[in-house]
Amino acid sequence: MQVLTGFTALLVAQAGGELLSRFMQSTLQWTLPGPVLGMLIILAALALPSGRFIAEPVSQAAEPLMTHLSLLFIPVGVGVIVHLSLIAAYGWRLAVVLILSTLIGLLTTAWVLHKLWPQSTQPAQPSDGGGTA
Amino acid sequence: MKEFVELWMYLSATPLFGLTATLVVYLITHRLYTAWGQPPWANPVLWSVLILASVLLATHTAYPVYFSGAQFIHFLLGPAVVALAWPLWQRRQLLRTHGRALLAAALIGGAAAAGSTWLLGSWLGLPREVLLSLVPKSVTAPVAMGVAEQIGGIAALAAISAVLTGIVGAIAGKYLFDAIRIPSPAIRGFALGTASHGIGAARAWQVHPDAGALAGLALALQALITAAALPLAVQWLK
Repeated sequence: MQVLTGFTALLVAQAGGELLSRFMQSTLQWTLPGPVLGMLIILAALALPSGRFIAEPVSQAAEPLMTHLSLLFIPVGVGVIVHLSLIAAYGWRLAVVLILSTLIGLLTTAWVLHKLWPQSTQPAQPSDGGGTA
Repeated sequence: MKEFVELWMYLSATPLFGLTATLVVYLITHRLYTAWGQPPWANPVLWSVLILASVLLATHTAYPVYFSGAQFIHFLLGPAVVALAWPLWQRRQLLRTHGRALLAAALIGGAAAAGSTWLLGSWLGLPREVLLSLVPKSVTAPVAMGVAEQIGGIAALAAISAVLTGIVGAIAGKYLFDAIRIPSPAIRGFALGTASHGIGAARAWQVHPDAGALAGLALALQALITAAALPLAVQWLK
């Protein structure tokens, strides 16, 4: 039941986010994707004094989505077969850009954090229970 | 043989095929990945995509036919992004105490990934539309699609390059961090979540709980940063 409540909360927040996204686009000419706004809506709800009511359902719905996150990317990934001609045309260049920029991103992030975050203060355990492992 | 062909045509035309095939192939590749001790090269997303794409090509099954079933899995990407609120909320204490370092790493790392994509791509002469589809590739697929659409790229290409980026990060991360001698699981996880989103984070989760927690946090932060800043940066560059 908790899982169902949590999943419904995620969907309601996403729907709210989609509406808000359209509204921002038409008024501000700038917007965030609906799911990202949905994430902010859930965060805001958790931060409310009554947030503890949705904390448990949300965590229970989030857990399976997080653990099997990689499964969710497969349908899009298979879509590669639709763009085989594009890949044939730019294949090696696409590969060089994808691989190098990912390595650069990983290296830069790790290096900056390594410089700024003293090892002694890094968490030995996740900070407040639950756990996404 | 004729009967088999007819049966195949019937089955492969229903949504049941795409959904079942995706789950079965994922479960098998994931089982093998775990059984072999989670070597990066055995990444289940990579092998599932390769196997399913080969099956579709070999049986002349059109992608929309496959997707009519697989869309039920694909749909969950949206709620999964919303669910990122949870790891973010869980680590709020960490954000309060080390927010500045984490935010700096997320901003600089994200900018390095997007910037190097832009520079390398222009240098190699990729067309503008392709370039704009590649720039948001460090964030999770649905966000990358939304951002690409907004800046004038191709959403489908953005989603695919996001998936490929995730796979590259998940495979290369371990060797890269070993090479530059950064053993801290927290830092490794954060870098994986920043540069290779959900697929890198999934790898981090499987390897170490601290790495996974920080990867989830980084993934959520990066989705926010990229979605908010990239369209503005591209507009400013024009």
